[in-house]
Amino acid sequence: MPRIVGVDVPDRKQIRYALRYIYGIGPKYADEIIERLNLDPTKKAGELSESEVAGIASLIDSEYLVEGGLRRQVNQNIQRLRDIRCYKGERHRRGLPVHGQRTKCNARTRKGRKKTVAGKKGVKG
Amino acid sequence: MARSLKKGPFVDEKLYRKVEKLESSGRREPVKTWARACTIVPEFVGYTFKVHNGRAFIDVFVTEDMVGHKLGEFALTRTFRGHTNKKEGIKGGKR
Repeated sequence: MPRIVGVDVPDRKQIRYALRYIYGIGPKYADEIIERLNLDPTKKAGELSESEVAGIASLIDSEYLVEGGLRRQVNQNIQRLRDIRCYKGERHRRGLPVHGQRTKCNARTRKGRKKTVAGKKGVKG
Repeated sequence: MARSLKKGPFVDEKLYRKVEKLESSGRREPVKTWARACTIVPEFVGYTFKVHNGRAFIDVFVTEDMVGHKLGEFALTRTFRGHTNKKEGIKGGKR
């Protein structure tokens, strides 16, 4: 199991797909990396030679923002929104959807699990 | 959908001129405005705007980080007072 940029251990998949296990590398960048290093995209990750693995690692290190660095950047962007007190920042703070979705129902991804509120008992007060 | 780059950012003409005038006069007083859709340009940094939210004018002090956002993003239009507390059962609920 080759280790590329820290903790990532893509396994017995073709490198084209194995590379996507790295946070920050999706279909586009995976293919781009393979293209730039002239690798065979169908080769299994486990079959890569050491020099190939090293090549991939150094390319990612130098030119792509992945894993921790990328996570940090995303968090910084959100933190910035929070700090300037804008609408989007406010939504992040309250844990509500940011892009104008409805919240009357659904929006469970942001709001978390349902918090059931007991309905009114009896008929009319 | 994002705005076409060809057009450049939308900046309220009147507001922009007003800021320019303030700039040249050297004064730094708040500018009252309804132009919520106006993009904040670098020239606005350091000024305070009173942005209308439909009811009142909210003070918005523009910092560097805010450049590129719209004025309206900083003057919220909705008030959320929280949901009714079940135990106390006042505030809005219960007839």
